[in-house]
Amino acid sequence: MIRVRGVDKAFGDKTVLHGIDVAFDAGQVNFIIGRSGSGKSVLTKCIVGLLEVDAGSIHYAGEDFTSLTSKEREEIRLQIGMLFQGGALFDSMTVLENVEFPLKMFTSMGPEERMERAMECLKRVQLEGAEYRYPAEVSGGMQKRVALARAIVGRPRYLFCDEPNSGLDPQTAIVIDNLIRDLTQEYNTTTVVISHDMNSVIEIGDNIHFLHEGTVAWRGDRKGILDSGVKELDTFVYASDLMRNIKAKLQEQ
Amino acid sequence: MGLLFHIGRYFAFMASALRRPQKGRVFAQATIIELEAIGVQSLGIVALLSLFMGAVIAIQTAHQVGGWVPAYTIGFTVRQTMILEFAPTIIPVILSGKVGSNIASQIGTMQVTEQIDALEVMGVRSISHLVLPKLLAALVIFPFLVVIAMVLGIGAGAWICNAAELSSFADYEYGIQVDFKAFDVAYALIKTCVFALIITSVSAYHGYHTSGGAKEVGRSSTKAVVYSVVIVMVANLVITQLLLT
Repeated sequence: MIRVRGVDKAFGDKTVLHGIDVAFDAGQVNFIIGRSGSGKSVLTKCIVGLLEVDAGSIHYAGEDFTSLTSKEREEIRLQIGMLFQGGALFDSMTVLENVEFPLKMFTSMGPEERMERAMECLKRVQLEGAEYRYPAEVSGGMQKRVALARAIVGRPRYLFCDEPNSGLDPQTAIVIDNLIRDLTQEYNTTTVVISHDMNSVIEIGDNIHFLHEGTVAWRGDRKGILDSGVKELDTFVYASDLMRNIKAKLQEQ
Repeated sequence: MGLLFHIGRYFAFMASALRRPQKGRVFAQATIIELEAIGVQSLGIVALLSLFMGAVIAIQTAHQVGGWVPAYTIGFTVRQTMILEFAPTIIPVILSGKVGSNIASQIGTMQVTEQIDALEVMGVRSISHLVLPKLLAALVIFPFLVVIAMVLGIGAGAWICNAAELSSFADYEYGIQVDFKAFDVAYALIKTCVFALIITSVSAYHGYHTSGGAKEVGRSSTKAVVYSVVIVMVANLVITQLLLT
């Protein structure tokens, strides 16, 4: 479980996050949604330690991450897997080397054991046969799956996905969504997904946190999203052309 | 941002870069790759420039002073120029264009495509992981390149003297031996190591602090070369003053 307590973050005069309080549960897909500039990415970067918070604290399984030294944070970081918006694959390495990399850095596994585990993850994301290709030689959807394989190779307790479906066609987006949901259940990870994609939210979101102007304006499950009573959330949801599909899906569920 | 800000941030960057590698085997592999990228891939340009420079210095010396000073002066001048200045200073300056821009654009691209964030989230100390192998490789390989440049330049001088009948081989051979001080070579190698450190670290610093997109990567790459060359020139003056006077 991850708890964020009273987090503030500003860049110069501009306050991006104020008093953020959220909790992300294990074994569930937790969504952070909101308009561009609402503070989603900044919040995620604060949670994983890429940005320092100005006030407040972040707790991983009860341990205050914000009060740890960078060396002490390494222990927690080893339990984090992250899928970046652009994939962030190492372009000088093959697909297999990318997935093996965390194991090479942080485990005492031999080459064969490493390869076996990396291949297992590539198989899990349906990428057998692409292991010796370079990131530039595979499609955007495949890059996202490689990044997902790399994120889970170390069996993380916490999985972060930043805009996992951006730039993907709807069919590939469904594949990625299903993978995120299945992997969350399989590894019992605390999964946090940052997205604009209401289709994904409705498909796989267990807990949803709506950020507006740096505060959590609403939280709840996907069924409550249409009856939130929060004007900004209604506008956000209605703005997506998927409204009719969402209604239909919710009625089906 | 002010000069003092950059100086402070550069030293903080270097303190992070010089931290102990997290995984020895990964570090060793990365260093070997960098030795190839920085050293072996620069061998061609270093050899070509040294050959032409050695030959040109020999012709110019013969043209300027031929006839009124002893013929061995040609060999002496080529040796001194190659050992004291061309090989240890001009070769690193040229390498800052090749190696420095390569380092800055490589690290800059990693920064703007979130590859460095990915390393940090994994728990990898990105600065040390990316920069230390480059620093070590440059410190090892630059002196070799410089010695190769010295030998090829002096050799090319000998060849042109013979081919263009500027002096006899015996005179040239005497010239490259006369008043030889081993300390000159030591001075050249000390300079080379300092320049290797400057070029790699300044380029890596500019690459690491890139933000934006392709345009900013290009700008970082240009800054890396310009600042490296300027700092190398200032360091050259300081080291020469300290060691040769």
